[in-house]
Amino acid sequence: MSIMGTRVVRTEDAAFLSRGARYTDDLELVGALHLTLVRSPVAHARIASIDVEEARSAPGVVAVLTAADVDLTPALLYEGADKAMVRPFLASEVVRFVGEPVAAVLTEEAYQGQDAADLVEVDYDPLPVVVGIKAAATDEVLLFPDAGTNTSNGFGHDKEFDPDFFDGCDVVVTREIVNQRLAAAPLETRAASAEWGQDGRLTLWCSTQGAQAARDEVAGWLGIDAEQVHVITPDVGGGFGAKIGADPEFALVAWLARHVGRPVRWNETRSENMTGMVHGRAQLHTLTIGGNRDGKVLAYRLDVLQDGGAYPRLGGLLPQLTLLMAPAVYDIERVESRARVLVTNTTSVGAYRGAGRPEATVAIERAMDLFAAEIGMDPAEVRRRNLLAPEAFPLVTKGGAPYDSGEYEKALDAVLEASGYAALRAEQAARRERGDIVQLGLGVSVFVEITAGGVFSEDAAVEVHPDGSVTVLTGTSPHGQGHATAWAMLANEHLDIPIEKITVKHGDTDLIPRGLGTMGSRSLQTGGVAVYQAAGELVELAKRRAADVLEASVDDLVIERGAVVVKGTDSSVTLSDLAAREALRVDSNFSSGAPSFPFGAHVAVVEVDVESGKVVVDRIITVDDAGPILNPLLAEGQRHGGIAQGIAQALLEEVVYDEDGNPLTATFADYGIPSAAELPSFTLLDMATPTHLNPLGVKGVGEAGTIGATPAVQSAVIDALSHLGVRHIDMPLTPLRVWEAIEGAK
Amino acid sequence: MKVEITVNGADTSADVEPRLLLAHYLRDVVGLKATNIGCDTTSCGACTVLLDGESVKSCTLLAAQVDGQSVTTMEGLSSEGDDLHPVPAAFRTEHGLQCGFCTPGMVMAAVGLLAENPKPTEREIREGLEGNLCRCTGYHNIVRAVIAASGQDPDTVQGAAIHQGHAEVAPAGGVQAAPGFSVSSAAHASAATSTEGNAA
Amino acid sequence: MIPVGFAYERPDTLEGALALLAEHGEDAKVLAGGHSLLPVMKLRLAAPELVIDIGRLSELRYLRVEGDELAIGAGSRHHDLETLDVVAAEAPLLAAVARTVGDPQVRHRGTLGGSLAHADPASDLPAAILATGGTIVLRGPRGERRVPITEFFTGLFSTAAEPDELVVEVRVPRTGSSGWAYEKFTRRANDWAIVGVAVVDGRVGLVNMGSTPLRASATEAALADGASTAAAAALADQGTDPPADLAGTPAYRRHLVRVLTRRALTSATR
Repeated sequence: MSIMGTRVVRTEDAAFLSRGARYTDDLELVGALHLTLVRSPVAHARIASIDVEEARSAPGVVAVLTAADVDLTPALLYEGADKAMVRPFLASEVVRFVGEPVAAVLTEEAYQGQDAADLVEVDYDPLPVVVGIKAAATDEVLLFPDAGTNTSNGFGHDKEFDPDFFDGCDVVVTREIVNQRLAAAPLETRAASAEWGQDGRLTLWCSTQGAQAARDEVAGWLGIDAEQVHVITPDVGGGFGAKIGADPEFALVAWLARHVGRPVRWNETRSENMTGMVHGRAQLHTLTIGGNRDGKVLAYRLDVLQDGGAYPRLGGLLPQLTLLMAPAVYDIERVESRARVLVTNTTSVGAYRGAGRPEATVAIERAMDLFAAEIGMDPAEVRRRNLLAPEAFPLVTKGGAPYDSGEYEKALDAVLEASGYAALRAEQAARRERGDIVQLGLGVSVFVEITAGGVFSEDAAVEVHPDGSVTVLTGTSPHGQGHATAWAMLANEHLDIPIEKITVKHGDTDLIPRGLGTMGSRSLQTGGVAVYQAAGELVELAKRRAADVLEASVDDLVIERGAVVVKGTDSSVTLSDLAAREALRVDSNFSSGAPSFPFGAHVAVVEVDVESGKVVVDRIITVDDAGPILNPLLAEGQRHGGIAQGIAQALLEEVVYDEDGNPLTATFADYGIPSAAELPSFTLLDMATPTHLNPLGVKGVGEAGTIGATPAVQSAVIDALSHLGVRHIDMPLTPLRVWEAIEGAK
Repeated sequence: MKVEITVNGADTSADVEPRLLLAHYLRDVVGLKATNIGCDTTSCGACTVLLDGESVKSCTLLAAQVDGQSVTTMEGLSSEGDDLHPVPAAFRTEHGLQCGFCTPGMVMAAVGLLAENPKPTEREIREGLEGNLCRCTGYHNIVRAVIAASGQDPDTVQGAAIHQGHAEVAPAGGVQAAPGFSVSSAAHASAATSTEGNAA
Repeated sequence: MIPVGFAYERPDTLEGALALLAEHGEDAKVLAGGHSLLPVMKLRLAAPELVIDIGRLSELRYLRVEGDELAIGAGSRHHDLETLDVVAAEAPLLAAVARTVGDPQVRHRGTLGGSLAHADPASDLPAAILATGGTIVLRGPRGERRVPITEFFTGLFSTAAEPDELVVEVRVPRTGSSGWAYEKFTRRANDWAIVGVAVVDGRVGLVNMGSTPLRASATEAALADGASTAAAAALADQGTDPPADLAGTPAYRRHLVRVLTRRALTSATR
């Protein structure tokens, strides 16, 4: 009997739903001081002076420190950035974004921290502020005079586009579109606690998506060997890419703990999080698409400007993924692209669910819709005429991506049929005829995405103990994805020991020194497969040992209920018995050697009140094909979460700065995360096209929902208004934006 | 000032600052860490508890305000190791949680909702949970969990044609043949290394 | 975030609360439901030295039919207005509007008196009371006095209440048999209204169209003159001064208020 593919409820939940999970700020740390950071309220200024005297004598204050007191060298947070664009751990001469840490206050009690922080007086001499990407590109106001430019880095950013690129196209459409800045906003904000031992080693508890990367980064920033750092990952309340590795504040927490000789703990408020945690997306696109009136697209050009924020981080790398995935699912003869990353006086940009790929998808899907509108063809039909054919796989695309497998037309057909597309078009026509106030819009997206990009190797260990329990060690780092259950299922598949007896451990660098964490939808196809592989190897090892014990041939041995059994006899020895004789553990590494490319299609059905601009998502019908599904319960949850975030980007969320660099959406009251009332239930169709890249044939599913849903919903709203002459509306499609688009088209 | 609050049926008391938020009283004075704080603006509901049976946001209450009253947190519904209370049990069955951070507040809001509306529709559930934000689940399974906890059938109440193409229930003990999985060494295209060894 | 430290008193009687208020004046703030005051204090935008908690005074929490009025104790929670039969029967607009305030947790705590005293033009209930008509009952060291609702809101977050007076009761005409409707336009369900329109008995109250809740007087006059719903609704933005923010420009709000007034009037007369 196989457990693979069954809906197994999570083993984690018994604890999560009774005493609750244990997040970093839940941990007791005896004698710990609380760290409160004083942060800049201005976007760009010289620090004239910092007066900490009054703060130092406030109740409960143990220390107040500024950059002058802290011996940490400013660090380059993205190795590809301009070398001058280093981020200080506490600002010393200049602040470059609202929220940049300027002083550190250590108090005995948490509540005392804010009181003392309010007493720190910082004198700022304002500098000109640059907030827009295009303004930054003029280099008139420089964030880093030593760099001489606001361009951090780019990918082909200095090349000239081919002026004859669109020759031979009947129709050419160009549009500038915005992929707006978002906040990852996991419900758990960032937190870290540090304690130095008598042996001089640092123990760091932190909310991260990868303890090993966090260890290496913090060790580097502190200037010590990685072996001196022990990172422990408690339960993590969501990450979505924004908790990859470590944040500079973690090094500050550690340094301060060593400096004062006491443990230090830090847990930011939501307001701090909204300016202190990396933001996502923030790209400006100029897209140009050319083709013929029969629907064939011949050429596509994508020009990307990436807002990197004040200090370049992972956002400096992501446009490379955008360019890699630019042609998406389409067979386009000619594709050219380039990307430039610019610094602005805003929060740094990093990864957020999809991380570079949603941007590529929105761009090409908008381009296809604009092209369809120009030639008067149904957008689903235009897509169909340009999809890469299944026989062509595996292939390398015009963007340079090595696609493994895909059934794009099958996905498109599935959602069109399940949604009743033809009937919906008829309903749309009827409402237009009647001039209804509530119009119907249909949006179609067909998408592909890259998972486990650049991070396709992972470690695992499986050990059976003499008491019959099992420990699995993994280099992945779950923060809601359910690896404790899923990896237990994979071990169970070989060991036939109930999953309740299988404990999966992660995130402790002394226990698991190597691991690449959880991001980029990589975990199952690398870490999960490694667990499966290790368990299989353990069974082989056990059989060899059992063959001696049972005096049988290895070929006659099978595993049944945690025991090695001679087929068809009573002769057996349990794995636990074998473990009692000699430790029974296998360490394994799996590397697929390449990323995989899950794909799918979404149809979004929206209703738009043309008087008020209000949009309601009526239904969304989805295919998210990530190969065979290990646990449908978990996979569906990932799809649901991704779809919700995708809809939210299309309709609700945007991080907004005014022209002085003041954030206008820095609370949950202002930033538009949807509640259950804003969303429908989702329709999930099944499709499972395996990959050849690993023995389980699995790809990644964590981000696909986000990638497919955003363009489908944006497209649907514009579609609802196309008869009024509306061709494009930038996201988020708030009621105000929709109404202004309708008015503008009159 | 002294406050006395019944928490999960047990008497608690402490000398506290007037400004101590109820959420911090529960977490730091009583030591019940399940209730979480997720925002600054009374928006996210992760801190939701029951006050004399009604759902409230404990980040927007002073411990002083509820002196003499009775508070229930998620820990008060089920003891670790025992069977779960029906509402959190439904969250587990329907996979209505992922990272778990919003969950204690979401569960208590659901308990409060069902106390006032024992057989809610999907719309009533979605609107009844408008004060609780979740970033992980997209709410789809949370809605199913609340429907199930109310004794109604999620597949009926949630609406037509939500699920297509997969089995609804896992057969106990697994399936005969793992759907979609075909494992062969020929399909395995990559290098692998392994070590047999002793436990660390 | 957490408030600046303060002293806290929870008097057992209304008289006790008034005495404290008189003694401490501007150094004190009154805490009823706390869901306007505490969020502001947590962001440190307000830092009173003394907080006077009147949220447990049962003498302020009641609903009584008195003649042709419904008397609502200022300490009545939004949840009371939403769920109690007497409100559904005698002031159904208020029941419906109360249901839209914030979310269920907020409604278990927020009070009508607190909402009126806070006088946020973007709040739902002040505009609904304004449309319903009626009287605010204030009590202070000089005794009790009544202020018609039309004179109660004097400016942004300002009312006719003196610093040493408390709102103790709201008296509204019984409107159980009148046509009513509430149109609340939001981006998300528990957001503040971008614009809201409350209609009862031919009177129209507007949410978030100026520095106070407003009546759409031009619309009301047109209706009284026999104009059609559409024609009257087209005048709804007259005399308003809508704010500009991320959710709406003044032009958008003016457009919305006209649309929503038309819809509310149409629903109310069904």
